[in-house]
Amino acid sequence: MNRFAYIRKRLILMVFVLFGVTIIIFGMVRIIPGDPAFLILGDRATDQNAAALREQLGLNKPLYEQYWMFVSGFARGSMGDSLLYRQPVADLVGKRVPISISLAFYAMTLAAFITLTFGIWSAVQQGRVADHLIRLSFLFILTTPNFWFGILLILLLALGLRWFPVAGFGETLQEHIWYLFLPALTLGLQLSAVLIRNLRSQIILTMRADYVRTARAKGLSERWVLSRHVLRNALMSTITIFGLQFGNLIGGTLVIETVFAIPGMGQLLFQSITARDYPVVQAITVITAFLVIVVNLFVDLSYSFLDPRVTYE
Amino acid sequence: MNLMSEQVLHSPTLDLRFASSTGIRKRVKQWRLNATLLTGVGMLCVVVLVALGAALLTPYDPIAQQLSDAFLPPFSPAHILGTDNFGRDIWSRIVYSTRLDLQIGFFSVLFPFIFGSLIGVLTGYHGGKLDVLVMRVVDVLMAFPFLVLVIAIMSILGPGLTNLYIAVGVVGWIPYARIVRAETLATRNLEYVQAARTVGCSTARIMLKHVLPNAIAPALIYVFTGMVLAILTGATLSFLGLGPQPPTPEWGAMIAEGRQFLLLAWWMTTLPGLALLVIGVALSLVGDGLAERR
Repeated sequence: MNRFAYIRKRLILMVFVLFGVTIIIFGMVRIIPGDPAFLILGDRATDQNAAALREQLGLNKPLYEQYWMFVSGFARGSMGDSLLYRQPVADLVGKRVPISISLAFYAMTLAAFITLTFGIWSAVQQGRVADHLIRLSFLFILTTPNFWFGILLILLLALGLRWFPVAGFGETLQEHIWYLFLPALTLGLQLSAVLIRNLRSQIILTMRADYVRTARAKGLSERWVLSRHVLRNALMSTITIFGLQFGNLIGGTLVIETVFAIPGMGQLLFQSITARDYPVVQAITVITAFLVIVVNLFVDLSYSFLDPRVTYE
Repeated sequence: MNLMSEQVLHSPTLDLRFASSTGIRKRVKQWRLNATLLTGVGMLCVVVLVALGAALLTPYDPIAQQLSDAFLPPFSPAHILGTDNFGRDIWSRIVYSTRLDLQIGFFSVLFPFIFGSLIGVLTGYHGGKLDVLVMRVVDVLMAFPFLVLVIAIMSILGPGLTNLYIAVGVVGWIPYARIVRAETLATRNLEYVQAARTVGCSTARIMLKHVLPNAIAPALIYVFTGMVLAILTGATLSFLGLGPQPPTPEWGAMIAEGRQFLLLAWWMTTLPGLALLVIGVALSLVGDGLAERR
């Protein structure tokens, strides 16, 4: 199968998964016994506003019509009104999506640097002190919650050494980069903690391959062998793991935003949960799922660029 | 017959190479223990003992307030790890929270493990339409960021422990199903399974007695990773106020409470996080150690 046929197949699968995702989000409030309007409103529910909500969400219509309203609304970019702010969800969420995505990509960039540096270092120094230290440190990072790690960085680097601001987002691009450094570092370190384990073992495995021995025998420098022959092959599986981890990165981003007071989707999500603002929760859940699907599509496609031998079945 | 005896000779329990060594060395070799596993098990034993003996180890009630003793730093005469803004003893709160967090780790994994393994063996053994259907459901659930889906479910069910188990369980079974399915695919056509079929064993018996025991080991190893994830998720939810409600001591909630007093009392946030670190490292080492053994 060539690349284009594969892309077509993946896109069809993607539509199917998106359909499943909307079904789940749609079904979530409706599958639980009881009146969804009362369920969504919780303590705030009165007969009157429950009736209004039923009207707004179309809960008094047949299920298939409700689902059509829900999906077509999303397709048009209108996701209903927030119950708390009384404004369209699309406006509320729309402003915040770019902030969260930039933070996630910032974190990915840092993670790439950290993973490559320490992954290669650890593999080259296999079994020596540096290797053990790197593995131990990242095991620690892996097993601590990111919000705690973020607070620790605030204590040390923002409150202690005063190198970075404690919280906030800044005004200009330079300020953004400076303000978002600590949250991005927190997320990046945690992401690398997973990736380094994989990259290290992959590099060690690849170093034993025949073509690496050949490359060395040809008299290529160790640096060249490592970057051109070993790394390119070792990265394949690390990129797969990255795709699988992207969901965790997004989830982590939302949590970290609350720690560093960044006005992204996370803050809105947690406010909305406390306020039982269900349409907002719904919208954010769908958007994050969509991001994960798209990123994993790119990950799958990247294989053929990294390794020309890859054919898609 | 030949095949049978060959299998028996190659099974690890009858490994004759170490028969001559004696004592602990023999045990270590027999059970294929390694430093990672031993360290992990040791740490985990300590954590479990602390959880079980909470009442003996703590001089104070974890929720008893003593406002006159608020914000005492660590190594104060009466409070080894200091006190929080309500004058509650932090050591006592951390120790009692160990119980809760271990419980979260255990129950969030138990049911997904059982359900996922059964689904895995069922789809792997039968294949066909059921397999395709389940794998598509897996595709869809994997599209959600785990934490976001858990939070969305909790937002409907409301905060609390039982709801936490449900929310984590909705997605939690997937890794076990995938792992066991893959192992089952590798196992289902081996000689002993064919033999069982020839003798006329029922499908259910073959799946549960012949295939599952041989396919379950990697899933069991993943249990420890799953527990770390569950405990971190539990702590995150309670950090966000969706977990066990105050004044119940829970590490995530303690970290959240300490946030407002970062400059005044750094110990309120840092110490509960260290407790999470210990339990996480212990479980990870056990998982890594078991994986190394294979």
